[in-house]
Amino acid sequence: MSERANPMLAIEGLTIEIDGNRIVDGVSLGVETGRILAIVGESGCGKSLTALSVLGLLPNAARVSAGSIRLGGRELTRLSEVELSEVRGNDAAIIFQEPVASLNPLMRVGEQVEEALLLHRGLSRAAAREEAIAIMARVGIPDPARRARQYPFELSGGMCQRIMIASALICRPSLLIADEPTTALDVTIQAQILDLMRRLRDEVGSAIVLITHDMGVVADLADDVCVMYGGRIVESGPVDAIFAEPSHPYTRLLLGTIPKLDGIRKTVLRTIEGMVPPAGAWPEGCRFRTRCPLADEACEQVPPAVAVGASHRAACWHVDRLEAMA
Amino acid sequence: MSEPLLEVRDLKVHFPLRGGVSTPGGVVKAVDGISLDLQAGRTLALVGESGCGKSTTAYAVVGLERATSGTIRFDGRDITALKGRERAALAQDIQIVFQDPSSALDPKMTIADSISEPLAIAGRSRADRKARVAELLDRVGLPAALAERLPSALSGGQRQRVVIARALALSPRLLVLDEPVSALDVSIRSQVLNLLLELQRDLGLSYLFISHDLSVVRHIADEAMVLYLGTVAEQGPVDAIFDKPQHPYTKALLSAIPLPDPRAQRNREKIILSGDLPSPLSPPVGCPFVTRCPERIAVCADKRFPLARGDAGTEAACVHIGERAAG
Repeated sequence: MSERANPMLAIEGLTIEIDGNRIVDGVSLGVETGRILAIVGESGCGKSLTALSVLGLLPNAARVSAGSIRLGGRELTRLSEVELSEVRGNDAAIIFQEPVASLNPLMRVGEQVEEALLLHRGLSRAAAREEAIAIMARVGIPDPARRARQYPFELSGGMCQRIMIASALICRPSLLIADEPTTALDVTIQAQILDLMRRLRDEVGSAIVLITHDMGVVADLADDVCVMYGGRIVESGPVDAIFAEPSHPYTRLLLGTIPKLDGIRKTVLRTIEGMVPPAGAWPEGCRFRTRCPLADEACEQVPPAVAVGASHRAACWHVDRLEAMA
Repeated sequence: MSEPLLEVRDLKVHFPLRGGVSTPGGVVKAVDGISLDLQAGRTLALVGESGCGKSTTAYAVVGLERATSGTIRFDGRDITALKGRERAALAQDIQIVFQDPSSALDPKMTIADSISEPLAIAGRSRADRKARVAELLDRVGLPAALAERLPSALSGGQRQRVVIARALALSPRLLVLDEPVSALDVSIRSQVLNLLLELQRDLGLSYLFISHDLSVVRHIADEAMVLYLGTVAEQGPVDAIFDKPQHPYTKALLSAIPLPDPRAQRNREKIILSGDLPSPLSPPVGCPFVTRCPERIAVCADKRFPLARGDAGTEAACVHIGERAAG
């Protein structure tokens, strides 16, 4: 991804297997402090598993079979469960798509925000409550002292997502992972949460990994982008370059399928032939080749990631033939 | 203009709530006075956020919710209170497609059986049904070989095609599409949108299109209606709504959709609304949008303004429209 030195999160050659299938296959990426990296792709591309593996939260059937995940220089893949629980909520935190389902319905929201402080910092309950209320105010929860005593069902979805963000940020993690943080929210509430995340990146200075399928959210929030397909990164680079000069056929097609707000109405939209093959049924070589208009014999070999611009790479044998697609 | 195919007047759908130990009773006014016209062969989109009443309006049209008051006319005939056999017969003309194709198909029924079920209910012969299923599969771009498969063997996009084929089985004139592409992956979404446009062109269908995705609405619809807390905030031709929105809520809604273009997105003016939607149990007395409106003035808290035509080609329910027209 970025070629600058010492990213806060550095993933190298990450491979995750389920039942012998490489669901994530050789993923490498890096995120620096104060930057937002978006991992974008469709269902089953491996974006969420990649994110979950950082915090050791993979489902039981999945395991990391190769590669390294380093957070601030520390290798995470070999940590024990006890050591990982020290990292979670402290050095690295995650927020999920369904804020209401991610909160404990039987616990007051203030207590859920405090929890990480009590666990990792050994603060007194009174001191922790004070900090919790301060961070709740900071993520835009009005009347935080009163809200802290309420239960999740008393709050709207947008407010619950703010609570999730407050509890994720309370220990000032050096890495925040946001897995589809606004997908379950209405658009005007999404706009509030995206605005909040942008401010927090500037103020808190965490490195942020944003998992999303929404190209609009990527354009709004990301500094850098990794596009995933079939468990691999097919293209990575700075956000402007990805949108202005998409250099993998999949990224090009994906951007072309979205109706534009200033496009011509009722025209035939671009499509991608076929569908994403189920895990384990991917073709040899380039995994996109069965749907790619540029595919030929060369694509039966796994394509290397080639530089197509500054910090911009695409894993395709035919980056010089993209014009043929237009 | 000719007689609309679907005409809704002052529709209200209210849900009384019984009070409980910790919850007060009251009435949720899910739809509170919505009127709309849909011409044959056209697409009207209902847009808005959760709780705005878009789905309840659609359900009232297909008879899945009972109207509390108001009238719904289809092809000139009052269908508001139809029941039993008469309501069932209306299925020949009005069909609905839901958001999630996986839960809309019986997992134990073959694709052919699912598609031919409405035909069987309508009393068509076995040979007739078989021929029609083949024709419908072809129509929605699915291989005939899928007929004997179960839904579990199909992808999400294929399942939604099956649901559309089933909705088309009786050759309806109106399709109610409730978020038909929201559950689909981006690369599949455009395939289904293309199919819907093609079907409309070839079969002259009318669509009542429910969506929260405004870029999809702009692409597919002719007219749009922006709903907020069960009432119409603004309505008009899609181009006018998107290019010159008049109601402050429409403006905020449009500005909230992030554009898939980082440079344009950075440089545009963003209206970030404060606060949440008010509880539908206790909506504001005056304009429903007053609690979050960046353009509110004192009178908005007490008075609700009717739809008024602005100079941009839309009608909006906002004090500022009246002002401009009067002033």
